[in-house]
Amino acid sequence: MLLTTVLMALREIRRNTLRSILTMLGIVIGVAAVIALVTLGQGATQKVTNEVASMGVNMLTIMPGAQRRGPSNVTAAPLTLEDVKALSRDVTALSAVAPTSSRSVLAVAANRSWNTSVMGTTNEYFTVRNTQIDTGRIFADVEISGGQPVCVVGASVRRELFGADSPLGQTIRLGKVSCLVIGLTRAKGQSTFGMDMDDYVLMPLATFQRRLAGNRDVGAIAVSVVDESQTNRAKAQISSLLRERRRVADGQLDDFTVHDTREMLQTLQTVTGVLTALLGAVAAVSLIVGGIGIMNIMLVSVTERTREIGIRLAIGARTYEVMLQFLVEAVVLCVLGGILGMILGLGGSYLAGQSIGVPFVFLPEVVVIAVLFSGVVGIAFGFLPARKAARLNPIEALRHE
Amino acid sequence: MSALMELRGVFKIYGRGESEVRALDGVDMTIEAGEFVAVMGPSGSGKSTCMNLLGCLDRPTHGAYLFRGVDVNALTLDQLALLRRHYLGFVFQGFNLLARTTALENVELPLVYRGLRARERRELAMKALRDVGLNGREHHTPAELSGGQQQRVAIARAIVTEPSLLVADEPTGNLDTARTAEIMELLVELNRARGITIVLVTHEPDVAAYSSRQITFRDGRVERDERVEA
Repeated sequence: MLLTTVLMALREIRRNTLRSILTMLGIVIGVAAVIALVTLGQGATQKVTNEVASMGVNMLTIMPGAQRRGPSNVTAAPLTLEDVKALSRDVTALSAVAPTSSRSVLAVAANRSWNTSVMGTTNEYFTVRNTQIDTGRIFADVEISGGQPVCVVGASVRRELFGADSPLGQTIRLGKVSCLVIGLTRAKGQSTFGMDMDDYVLMPLATFQRRLAGNRDVGAIAVSVVDESQTNRAKAQISSLLRERRRVADGQLDDFTVHDTREMLQTLQTVTGVLTALLGAVAAVSLIVGGIGIMNIMLVSVTERTREIGIRLAIGARTYEVMLQFLVEAVVLCVLGGILGMILGLGGSYLAGQSIGVPFVFLPEVVVIAVLFSGVVGIAFGFLPARKAARLNPIEALRHE
Repeated sequence: MSALMELRGVFKIYGRGESEVRALDGVDMTIEAGEFVAVMGPSGSGKSTCMNLLGCLDRPTHGAYLFRGVDVNALTLDQLALLRRHYLGFVFQGFNLLARTTALENVELPLVYRGLRARERRELAMKALRDVGLNGREHHTPAELSGGQQQRVAIARAIVTEPSLLVADEPTGNLDTARTAEIMELLVELNRARGITIVLVTHEPDVAAYSSRQITFRDGRVERDERVEA
């Protein structure tokens, strides 16, 4: 019976193709909007998550200077290599500790030049920042301890200075220092904020300090925590160790800051999540509007088909069968609209994602919910017209002109 | 065997008090299975109200209507619907076919409510259409058929369920003389060959002449009830 009713409903919908399509349009747009926005929102969240992950695995960054608002007139003492050694020796929850110092310089190779950032560090930096070598090698121990003029370049520096040629064995002049390229890192691409993450030159910290900076300072320390669950313990240990080493009196604020990429990730995920929910909710409202459109047309249709209802009642349709017929018609309209909207929404978000560089994340549950919800809209807004149809008096309905 | 239909002191009253209208004002009538009854009378005489009652579309205000020995007043609206589904067929003046729906689908409609499978429905509907002389027109919509043909489709729809009673309300009211004769001969044939009881409402004596019994209404009462010997 139900199957026959569905078939009858489909026939009825086909009989009024243009009107049916126009009726469905509200639902189509509503479902398409919900699916597209939620899918794009998830894509954006995933993109941000990937990027933060590519910045480093469970990474903490320690910088000199208090975390406070407004300008500070007290200049905090720089970090030192001894701090680095103490951290890697005493804080057990850390898997890698990398000192970093950087500045921007003009890099020159042969006849080309490029403004980039040079960073002095150690091999542990590759672990902390989750950076892989594409070709060549990382620094040898002698090169690090001896402060030799060698460097590893990022993909953007290679492109700007060498084009498609291999940079290995070439010499780059960084300010007053000439150094030999020994490695090229794998490209990471652009960050969400449009920052080029491959625009850097790495060299041993000692080389940087002696030849470029002319001091023994460490600008920042990047560390990697063994396991995410250990992050808070690691932060506490780092804090107490550095307070002791930097002689911060009890009751005074830290004169250094520990940045947690996880916090940033959480903030970003919250932001994208809230935006997704908000846009999804706005789109869901359009689904309700679409439902009202369906109700409107179904009410008109009941009036228009009064005589048909009279015939059906006369030949023995029970009230609930007439009700079911109109309810099924509304639901079939909505679900058809939902399916069309789903196709449109998925296709649209795929194309939009491609053009704005957000990955396409297929969420089966969102699709199922959207189509089910359109069915529920059909039942909710089809109920009134269906009841109106079922309550008609057969004699009056037959007499209706 | 008891009568197919029996009206005992039936009143149908619309409105109350001053504006009360007695559409049926104490009607007693018995119709046996196999009869071909023409119900006549001027407009407002109560013949349509009577037909609605006999067709189980309505219930009397007072009195009893026994259909196959069952008191219709004791049935719910849904039970009335089931009664119509299983024992009744309707033919109307305005044909009342579903627009933009083929003849075949129109005839299949009552079978849908009987819960028959698509294949059975199709076979029975094709046969009913053949019986009314419409082979080759199965896939035409009402708009593509003449008035006489549309009424044949309506008759096919009424008889496809093999009802005990066929109620026809002015079935030839919209047809010319030649078409009227054809339709009436078809009804007579159905009455004779299949023993389907027919109650026909008309105001044309020519049409009533095809029947075996003529009941004339006036002011809600039976004025005359005469059997015509064939």
